[in-house]
Amino acid sequence: MDNKPVLELKGVSKNFGAVQALYNVDFTCRAGEVMALVGDNGAGKSTLIKGIAGIYKLDAGEVFFEGKPVTITSPRDTADLGIEVVYQDLALADNLDVVANMFLGREALTRGILLDEAKMEQEALETLQSLSVTTIRSVRQAVAGLSGGQRQAIAVAKAVMWNSKLVILDEPTAALGVAQTRQVLDLVRRLADRGLAVVIISHNLHDIFEVADRITCLRLGQKVAEFIPSETTQQEVVHAITAGELDTVPGMVQ
Amino acid sequence: MSDMTKARQAGPIEAGGGKQQTLGEYVNAWWSRIKGGDLGSLPIIIGLILIIGIFGYLAFDKNFFSARNYVNLLLQVSGITAIATGVVFVLLIGEIDLSIAFVGAVGSVTMTLLLTQGEEGLNWPWYAAVGAAMLVTTLIGLLHGAIITRAGVPSFVVTLAGLLAWSGVVLILTTQYSKAGTIVIQDPVVKGVANAFLPKIWGWIVYAVVIIGFAATEFYQRASKARQNLSIKPMGISLFQIIGLAVIAGAAVWYANTDRGVPVSIMISLVFLFFWLFIANRTRFGRYVYAVGGNPEAARRAGINVNMIRIACFMISSFMASVGGIILASRLGSVSTNTGGGNLLLNSIAAAVVGGTSLFGGTGRVTSALLGALVIASVENGMGLMGWNSGVKFVVNGMVLLAAVLVDAYSRRSRASSGIA
Ligand SMILES: Nc1ncnc2c1ncn2[C@@H]1O[C@H](COP(=O)(O)OP(=O)(O)OP(=O)(O)O)[C@@H](O)[C@H]1O
Ligand SMILES: [Mg+2]
Repeated sequence: MDNKPVLELKGVSKNFGAVQALYNVDFTCRAGEVMALVGDNGAGKSTLIKGIAGIYKLDAGEVFFEGKPVTITSPRDTADLGIEVVYQDLALADNLDVVANMFLGREALTRGILLDEAKMEQEALETLQSLSVTTIRSVRQAVAGLSGGQRQAIAVAKAVMWNSKLVILDEPTAALGVAQTRQVLDLVRRLADRGLAVVIISHNLHDIFEVADRITCLRLGQKVAEFIPSETTQQEVVHAITAGELDTVPGMVQ
Repeated sequence: MSDMTKARQAGPIEAGGGKQQTLGEYVNAWWSRIKGGDLGSLPIIIGLILIIGIFGYLAFDKNFFSARNYVNLLLQVSGITAIATGVVFVLLIGEIDLSIAFVGAVGSVTMTLLLTQGEEGLNWPWYAAVGAAMLVTTLIGLLHGAIITRAGVPSFVVTLAGLLAWSGVVLILTTQYSKAGTIVIQDPVVKGVANAFLPKIWGWIVYAVVIIGFAATEFYQRASKARQNLSIKPMGISLFQIIGLAVIAGAAVWYANTDRGVPVSIMISLVFLFFWLFIANRTRFGRYVYAVGGNPEAARRAGINVNMIRIACFMISSFMASVGGIILASRLGSVSTNTGGGNLLLNSIAAAVVGGTSLFGGTGRVTSALLGALVIASVENGMGLMGWNSGVKFVVNGMVLLAAVLVDAYSRRSRASSGIA
């Protein structure tokens, strides 16, 4: 696919005090493609996507969305661009029901101020059905009562319900059993086939080789390699993750 | 929102199909919620029956059940309900406000001073004085909220400092403008707030409007759910709720009318209660309050301005404290160095918690302020009739609050273990 990148980061950096979480990272993802982001614990994967999402302010670098330079300073900005993020910790409000969670921050209203509960319930049901999420008994039950896989499904459904162009998933299968992992990977593939750009973070290379079109590898906050699964092996990727070549960062202890 | 365009896929929808749940399904779902620790209003209703039973027995020959005492009870309930309504909002976001009693007192003292008449007086009209008092207290809430969110200091500490500081302000104001430390409210309208009663026919008119309004909303909601093919609760339950409300409220109005009638002050508190109930349940702001209480991080990522919601809740609690403060001052006819002291703080927070609003944030209803205030005021009223001394009263009040907190902690634990909230 030689289409233009949906999202392009050039030379982004982020540090937390003395910790250089990201250094001079380039990153792209394209429509209809699944881009996997791999790296060891603490490599900076979550930091990178939180930077994209507007949770953290990036210290340096440029961000382009559909070719245009953008500045993202809050989660609202991200949502307005059409970027949806499913976090590692999901960030669902346990005390609210499924519908309220799926619409949080974007509630449908009638007459300008009233919550349009019926409309929201209806649309939540439709989205869940379109994603073949069938295991949830009632969309009016509190999220706290759901299993890990169901919660993941709610979070993904929440992300695709909007007119999103890019969906980012941080370790969506980490806590899931075999069958539920299968469902989530199928879901990821379906999103890309719908023409969305998808970024998936995972530690499971087997899953990644199955679902990804490209792989970006981070190590200690730097991008050390980009792979195409069909042209590489898991060993090569593992090598990059653990021993990929680094630039010398000012002040870095080698 | 207008940009609600969805990446929707075609396909038949099989939602609730616009079908009614059967009564059995509804009752089963309700019972499994209770078993899971989501007790709703059940503990408070049992508590209310228990307390009325106990004092009805102990103070029976002291006319606990007389219409006169019942109307007195309604007067007592009014002030606590108003203050507790504000408390519910701070509890919902998982915070606490210990300053409410004295903030309310700052409000009522401000109002009383502005109402002083004669050459030396300020001679403000009642509406301006009341408005000014509400404005001042709302700004106090803004101040508390701003400090709590900007400095990241626990609300417990900030509002404890507020408790001390505002009690000092009450002392300064009352002693500065009167030697005796008591200032009499000189405006007939404000005095009437807690000393006037609805004409009997108006009691029934208000009653009719409320019941018809409730029934209309209920049926409107059923109709719009049916139109959207969503599942609907059984008709029997809707009718049961409407008739239940009609019977209870009807009895309440009828019995008050056999004495002096429905107090104006309880109507004022109920108007505010229903207003905030509406805000909490039907608006975006209310939804965000619950979200912030349930998971502030999720709220933040959803683009909600969490600090704004927090500040707004402290403003609501201070504002409602002034409403309650004014009602209480009106009842006494004056403000003094003692205004805002005593058990008022404890009673107001206890009312919200007893009513079923969790101290842990995220769960509770605005109506819990009224139910809780009924319990607290009944205890207070019963103990007054019995002529118990204040030592005993404090012990009993402490036990009631403890019981409520234990029920809260228990239901939270079993919710956690059964995975509901
Ligand atoms: N809020 C923060 N404050 C300080 N340091 C942080 C913060 N968030 C992340 N870091 C640090 O930044 C580095 C990158 O963390 P990050 O969470 O991005 O790693 P990750 O690649 O997602 O790891 P994992 O696979 O364990 O999820 C780590 O050294 C981490 O300790
Ligand atoms: Mg991570």
